[in-house]
Amino acid sequence: MSEMTINLKIWRQKNTSDPGRFEDYLLPGVSEHMSFLEMLDVLNERLMKEDKDPVEFDHDCREGICGSCNMVINGRAHGPKHQTAACQLHMRNYNDGDTIVIEPPRAAAFPVIKDLVVDRSALDRIVEAGGYISVKTGAAPEANLIPIPQEVSNQAFDYATCIGCGACVAACPNSSASLFTGAKLSHLNALPQGQPEKDKRSIAMVDQMEKEGFGDCSNFAECEAVCPVGISISAIAQMRRDYMKAIF
Amino acid sequence: MKLDPKIPSGPLEEKWNRHLKDVKLVSPNNKRKYTVIVVGTGLAGASAAASLAELGYNVQTFCIQDSARRAHSIAAQGGINAAKNYQNDGDSVWRLFYDTIKGGDYRSREANVYRLAENSNHIIDQAVAQGVPFGREYSGLLDNRSFGGAQVSRTFYSRGQTGQQLLLGAYQAMMKEVHSGKIKNYPRQEMLDLVMVDGKARGIITRNLVSGEIQKWYADAVVLCTGGYGNVFYLSTNAKNSNVTAAWRCHKRGAAFANPCFVQIHPTCIPVSGDYQSKLTLMSESLRNDGRVWVPRKKGDKRAPNDIPEEERYYFLEERYPSFGNLVPRDVASRNAKIVTDDGLGVGDTGLAVYLDFRDAIKRDSKEVIQAKYGNLFDMYENITDENPYETPMRIFPAVHYTMGGLWVDYNLMSNIPGLFVAGEANFSDHGANRLGASALMQGLSDGYFIIPYTIGDYLADTDLSKVDTEHEAFGEAAKSSAEQLDKLLSIKGDKTIIEFHRELGKIMWDKVGISRSKEGLTTAIEEIRKLRDEFWTNVRVPGEAGYYNKYLEYALRLADYFELAELMALDAIDRNESCGCHLRDEYQSDEGEAIRNDRDYAYVSAWEYLGVNGKLETKLHKEPLEFEFVEMKQRSYK
Repeated sequence: MSEMTINLKIWRQKNTSDPGRFEDYLLPGVSEHMSFLEMLDVLNERLMKEDKDPVEFDHDCREGICGSCNMVINGRAHGPKHQTAACQLHMRNYNDGDTIVIEPPRAAAFPVIKDLVVDRSALDRIVEAGGYISVKTGAAPEANLIPIPQEVSNQAFDYATCIGCGACVAACPNSSASLFTGAKLSHLNALPQGQPEKDKRSIAMVDQMEKEGFGDCSNFAECEAVCPVGISISAIAQMRRDYMKAIF
Repeated sequence: MKLDPKIPSGPLEEKWNRHLKDVKLVSPNNKRKYTVIVVGTGLAGASAAASLAELGYNVQTFCIQDSARRAHSIAAQGGINAAKNYQNDGDSVWRLFYDTIKGGDYRSREANVYRLAENSNHIIDQAVAQGVPFGREYSGLLDNRSFGGAQVSRTFYSRGQTGQQLLLGAYQAMMKEVHSGKIKNYPRQEMLDLVMVDGKARGIITRNLVSGEIQKWYADAVVLCTGGYGNVFYLSTNAKNSNVTAAWRCHKRGAAFANPCFVQIHPTCIPVSGDYQSKLTLMSESLRNDGRVWVPRKKGDKRAPNDIPEEERYYFLEERYPSFGNLVPRDVASRNAKIVTDDGLGVGDTGLAVYLDFRDAIKRDSKEVIQAKYGNLFDMYENITDENPYETPMRIFPAVHYTMGGLWVDYNLMSNIPGLFVAGEANFSDHGANRLGASALMQGLSDGYFIIPYTIGDYLADTDLSKVDTEHEAFGEAAKSSAEQLDKLLSIKGDKTIIEFHRELGKIMWDKVGISRSKEGLTTAIEEIRKLRDEFWTNVRVPGEAGYYNKYLEYALRLADYFELAELMALDAIDRNESCGCHLRDEYQSDEGEAIRNDRDYAYVSAWEYLGVNGKLETKLHKEPLEFEFVEMKQRSYK
């Protein structure tokens, strides 16, 4: 098993008002089999033994589905591997002596809480504005009453797999949340159950996105490039169509 | 302590409907006068919160993640069972009930399991109406899959992300009520205590994980939906932040903890690669349909797997269980993997793995066929291990996956503390000694959408609740003791890190309270746990301070509770002098290594009462007898 020494440059910021700065750490003994977050665990073990503050970062499931982790690695949200969340990235993608720069996703709508941890509640508020079908518990008709063509259902599913990590926002030069918002609209607006509220939903979510301080989309497509689950940028085109239809 | 399961009388098929006719109702005008706290926003919590808010209650939701959508229900892959009988293969509520109670090795309540099967169909209706994109046939109608422990095809799925899609459905329903103002949602908050007034649950204490502030919240009822405790083993398939703290604090306030030793160990996970390993990743058990499990016959055989000739391979499941072969149930597969690795036949760098080989299936069906079935799983395996499973056999090993035990609840899902309800994996109620695949999602949503909303009304309508707010002395006392514990942990400033302690605790649990257990091993485990717990409280190093975001402080608090739970699990396993479901006691197996259940002496739910920790855990066992009126208890055999 080969072991590497990695030069880390990590963003450290005590709280939202602290200006923050990069700090350098030399980490020997990194195994190629470690996940990226396990490498950070090892760094933190060492820092704590030296009586220093560990690096805070969000993480939970560590299998690429919960969307907690969202750090920016060498300038790229979730790091170098295509369609792979940071927690699923492994150190075999790096070489002995590499320098890795790790920072939080930068966006006005994502204030830093500490180090790499940011407040992404703006995304919840976009869903709150209309990202649902208003059916009460107990009011549902028999599940097979409305057949949904397989391709429609599959397409809705593809958009519904968004994990809400915010990498799209971090990658966008405008800090837009259009891919996130477009994915939810494209999921719900495609389904027959989503039709009655389609216009209302499209306007409410898009307006909320703007209110939260996210920028608009200029078709850079950086979001699609970093999305760990491969949400297509066509979600944004769909969002635009649905929004335009709704306001006229 | 009085444990009355409150199971309604009458025929099995009529119990729930009769109960629904009998439960008391709260009028719409009065519902808005009540506040209900829901802790945890996974399938059970989000569905309960949304449904209660729709009814008109004021709901407050709390979760430790930064968003309610990230609860670990999100990671469930395979599917959700329902007795729709869309396949016309003879499925029915009765069959789903029977499979589930048999799968649990007759250690769950008939009435609860039957209700679960009844609710299963409503869940599918509800999810489809919410826009959950289940797999469909070309006709546009819903598709089903087969799953373990059943002879019918009743599992609904959204590719490999069924948990994610169902959770997002429930989360969205919850956000709809946040929008309507009926839910106040508090993410990044951890429950540290239950507040009791006049013997009833009347609120909670939380730590705001961003500011570090200890906060007090009052309510008329508390619903705990905080998941399972598999992380007591250090390594498991659970999310890193999944923990027992909220449930354990309720236990310390008087809620009985039921069947703590019932832990499901899943046979097909990616093995540990080194000390730095932080979690284990599950590979769907469906792989055992085509993969053959084997180890080399010769100890210490370091040849590459493909260089080992057929006659030197030990297909231990096929040899020991000729009729079920590689498709024995989860508990049997896990146990046998441990036996061969204990014998020194394990493979890989650590020797703690067995092969799952697709060579013969690829030869028989072609690579394309195998790829179509399992492509995404093979990719996931390759991403983590850097090995190509089409060419080299997978290495797999069992891992802790789900805990059937949890807080004791009656038929109304209320604990023995009035006003404290427990739903989802956090309760003990429906899976007995072993959970079947695709039934965790079903239980979480059945509890949250279709049980709690009715039973909580019954409690509120029938209970005299004094006016209470957070100025009450009980809140002050609970908040003070929570803050003191934080200060104590921070003041130790020892030499060992939290992870070092957790790893050691996990090793004790895995070796002696894991796949197989013996009285001797469990007794040793208890001594080791106590010793390590004492050391933890004198030598742990917790960084930083309490007054800001400090994830390692959260971790230390959770580990402190695991140290107490661990002892209870071992005590429970010693008490149960039988083998049933996931619980295998070495002393109670046949000469062929089959589990021997003892229905005469152990057909009960063990419910433990907390009395304190003083060097050792002081606890008292209460027994709720399980009565089987409608099914006959049978011995399982897979030979």
